[in-house]
Amino acid sequence: MKLLIDSIQLGLLYGVMALGIYISFRILAVPDLTTEGSFAFGLSVSAAVTSLGHPVLALPAAVLAGAAAGAVTGLLQTRWKIHPILSGIITMSGLYSVNLSVLGGAPNLTLVRAVTIFKLLPFLSKNDAKTVLPVFFACLCLAVSILFFKTHLGMCIRAVGDNEDMVRASSIHTGRCKIIAFCVSNGLIALSGALIAQYQGYADISSSTGILVVGLASVIIGEAVFGRRGVTVGFLSSVVGSLLYRYIIALATRYSPLPAHMLRIVSALIVALALALPAFRERIGLARLRKGDERNA
Amino acid sequence: MLEITNAVKVFAKGTPIEHTALNHLNLTLTDGEFVTVIGSNGAGKSTLFNAICGTFLLDKGRILLDGTDLTHMPEHKRALMIGRVFQDPMKGTAPHMTIEENLSLAHSRSTARPLSFAPSKKQTALFRDRLAAFHMGLEDRMKTQVGLLSGGERQAVTLLMCTIVTPKLLLLDEHTAALDPATAEQVMEITRKTVETYRLTTMMITHNISQALTTGTRTLMMDEGEVLFDMDGAGRARMTVDDLMRMYSGTRHKALDSDRMLLKK
Repeated sequence: MKLLIDSIQLGLLYGVMALGIYISFRILAVPDLTTEGSFAFGLSVSAAVTSLGHPVLALPAAVLAGAAAGAVTGLLQTRWKIHPILSGIITMSGLYSVNLSVLGGAPNLTLVRAVTIFKLLPFLSKNDAKTVLPVFFACLCLAVSILFFKTHLGMCIRAVGDNEDMVRASSIHTGRCKIIAFCVSNGLIALSGALIAQYQGYADISSSTGILVVGLASVIIGEAVFGRRGVTVGFLSSVVGSLLYRYIIALATRYSPLPAHMLRIVSALIVALALALPAFRERIGLARLRKGDERNA
Repeated sequence: MLEITNAVKVFAKGTPIEHTALNHLNLTLTDGEFVTVIGSNGAGKSTLFNAICGTFLLDKGRILLDGTDLTHMPEHKRALMIGRVFQDPMKGTAPHMTIEENLSLAHSRSTARPLSFAPSKKQTALFRDRLAAFHMGLEDRMKTQVGLLSGGERQAVTLLMCTIVTPKLLLLDEHTAALDPATAEQVMEITRKTVETYRLTTMMITHNISQALTTGTRTLMMDEGEVLFDMDGAGRARMTVDDLMRMYSGTRHKALDSDRMLLKK
C-alpha cells in the first residue's frame, strides 16, 4: 500500500514534467534536451528560495526560470538556426554552472529545517499533504495545458509541429510559436523539479541526469495504454504514463534483484524498444510477405 | 494591383551552375485579373511565385502589391495579403489537425487574440457554409483530420484556407497537377467559382496549354526568366495551341520542349 501511495505521489509530480515533455516531443516533434537542465534549474531555484523562507514563491520563481531556459533554447534554434538537438545540449550544459551557483556553489542543498509547502497546509498532516498537493498540481497543470492548446496560439504551435512550411506560408511567425512552446514546456518541467525538491526535502543537482528518458518513457507508456490520439488525450495519457512508470519502477526496485542504480538503463531500454517498435513491425511484416511469396511460388 | 519592375534573380552566382531564373522581368496585373502562366521547365514560373511570396529576396527590381512595397518584406508578413496553393496536396494543410482547426488557423491568423478559444462558434458556421458550396460533403466532416482526406479534398480545403480571408493576390502553382483528371476538373471548377465570386486577382501556373487559354482573362508564356508572350482579349480568344507552338519556335528558333506540358487536350 505504501508502495502504491508513494508511486502515485511521485508519478503525479513527475507527471507535470511528462506534460512538458509531451509538448516538445509530440507536439513540436523535437526531443528537447534542455529538459535535463531546466528540471535541475527548477529544483535548485525552488530549494534556494525555500531555504530563504519562501516555499510558495519558490514555485512561480522556478516556472519563470524554466521558461527562461526554454526561451534560450528556442532562440538558439529559431533566431540563430542551431540544430534543435544541439541547442538543447548547449542550454543544458550552460545551466549546469547556473544551477551550481543557485545552490551556492554546492551540488546539493538540504531543506530539512526549512518550511516547505507540504508543511504549510492547515488541517492536513505532512503525509496527507504529500498526496493532496501532487493531485492538485497535476490536475491544475493538466487543465492549463489542455486549455492552452485549444486556444488560437496553442493551435498555431500544434500546426508548427505538424507542417511548419504551411504555417510559415500562412503569415504566422513560426519562430515565435516555437519559443513560446519551449517556454511552456520547460516551465512545466521546472515546476516539476521545484515540487520534487520540496517533496524530497533536498535538492541534488545530479537527480536530473537522464530525466529526459524518464519523461519520454512516461509519454510512451501512456500512449501504449491510450493510443496516439488528439492533444487532450495525449496530455492525459502522459500523466497516466508517469503514474504507471513510477509504479513499475517501485515494483522493480522492491522485487527484482536489480540494484537501484540500474534503473536508468531499464528506462532507456523501455524508450528504445518503444521507439524501435514500428521498425520491428515493418521487418516482421516484410518477412511474412517473403515467406508467403515462397509458399505461393 | 500587382506591379513587378525589372525583377532579377540569379541562383548560384559565380559558380559554373549559375542560372538566371528571372531576367529583368516586368509585369503588371490589374485588379480582378485572372492570369494563367505557362512555360517549359525552368522558365521561371515558380521562381516568379517564390519572389512574390518572399521565399527569397530579389537581386534587383521591385514588387508592389496594391501600393505596398513588398520588395524587402519578410515572407510571413506578405502571407497576410497573398494566398498560395501548391501542387503537392500535403503542403498546404496540417495533417494531424481537423478541417475546422486548419480553417480556423487560416481565418484568424491576422485578427484573433492569441488566447481566445478556436475555432469559435461563429467561425464553425462560416466554414460550414463555405465548404457546402464545394459540393464535396466536406461540411459534414469538419472534425475529420485533414490527413485522412483525398488529394482533391485536401486541395479544396487548402484553397478555402487561402481565400477565407480575401487575399489581395491568389497564386495557384499547378494546384491540380497531382490529381486524377476527374478530381482535377472538380477542383478547377471550385477554383473558377471562388475566383469569380470574390473577384480575386489570381495567377495560375498550369502545364495544360489549352486550359491556360480558356481559363481566366489573360495568359502569359514565360521562357528563360522573361515574359515571352502576353495575351489577352480577342487575340487570346483566337489563339490555339498550335498557333502558340508556332509563335514560340518562330521567336526562340527551337521547338517548345517540356516533358510535363500537355500540348493537346
